[in-house]
Amino acid sequence: MAVTERIPASKLIQRIPGGGVFLTTSENIFKWGKASSLWPMTFGLACCAIEMIATGASRFDIDRFGAGVFRASPRQCDVMIIAGTICVKMNDCIQRLYAQMPEPKYVIAMGNCAISGGIFYYDTYSVTKGTDSLGIPVDVFIPGCPPRPENLLFGLMKLQEKIRNEKDADK
Amino acid sequence: MRTNEIFMAIKTDFPEVRQEEETGAVIIPKESLLKITRYLKNHRLAFDNLHCITAIDRTGRVELAYTLYSISEHHGITLKIYLTAGEENVASLAELWKSANWLEREVYDLFGVIFLNHPDLRRILNPYDWKGHPLRKSYSHPEVSIKPRL
Repeated sequence: MAVTERIPASKLIQRIPGGGVFLTTSENIFKWGKASSLWPMTFGLACCAIEMIATGASRFDIDRFGAGVFRASPRQCDVMIIAGTICVKMNDCIQRLYAQMPEPKYVIAMGNCAISGGIFYYDTYSVTKGTDSLGIPVDVFIPGCPPRPENLLFGLMKLQEKIRNEKDADK
Repeated sequence: MRTNEIFMAIKTDFPEVRQEEETGAVIIPKESLLKITRYLKNHRLAFDNLHCITAIDRTGRVELAYTLYSISEHHGITLKIYLTAGEENVASLAELWKSANWLEREVYDLFGVIFLNHPDLRRILNPYDWKGHPLRKSYSHPEVSIKPRL
């Protein structure tokens, strides 16, 4: 099996038969690099964070997808996984962390609470109704309460797919 | 010591206390809170740990509940104070037990009970600019979606 067939972005990169020469555009190389080294933020809000931690540990091993380097500073992150219930008191913090991330940046809303408020949608005064309501654009929604690690990995693969197929070179 | 024995011990020194039937909690008048808690801490009952302070809104009165525990004697007791509407204030226990500081802030934040002589009576769970006290029955908030009743 040729090496290129194992690379998810191989459609973007063409190999000239018979020689060690590849043809592609620089955008495609950048996209491939971006999608293959998504650094998430060390940021958990509630029980979904436990699943996110499990995804990072050896059994599920998010590092297989190049997204295992959880950074402790938003300045070094590419993707913010909103893992858990967003309390009203946390709104400012999340908005500030998102603003501190350098472009290009992506957001995964993990779990029902981060999507819409989940089970806290009704009769609750202290829970924000989803990441969208904070004005933060979400790239991938992962439903579940909480989602299993497989779901998070699938969401991550969807995000990588989205990055590889981006039309705009700026993001 | 059993709850009834502790109650009898308090009753001999403070005849104004009575026992709540369904829970066994000791109901004390608001005025004698400091006197009784100081006694409970330093007496042979040795209540060295203030475990929890919480409140119940019974619409018309607010019940304050103090859960005390003795680590050395392995016994506990619940004190209750009935606060009438409009007079939701009571003396602070922050100088007797350190844990009272944050517990009283929590009760103030969620129920609006004022603790007199508290060293730092600010909100603790809700944002500092929050309006109202959410666990009161009369509380309403414009952004709360009420679940449709089927």
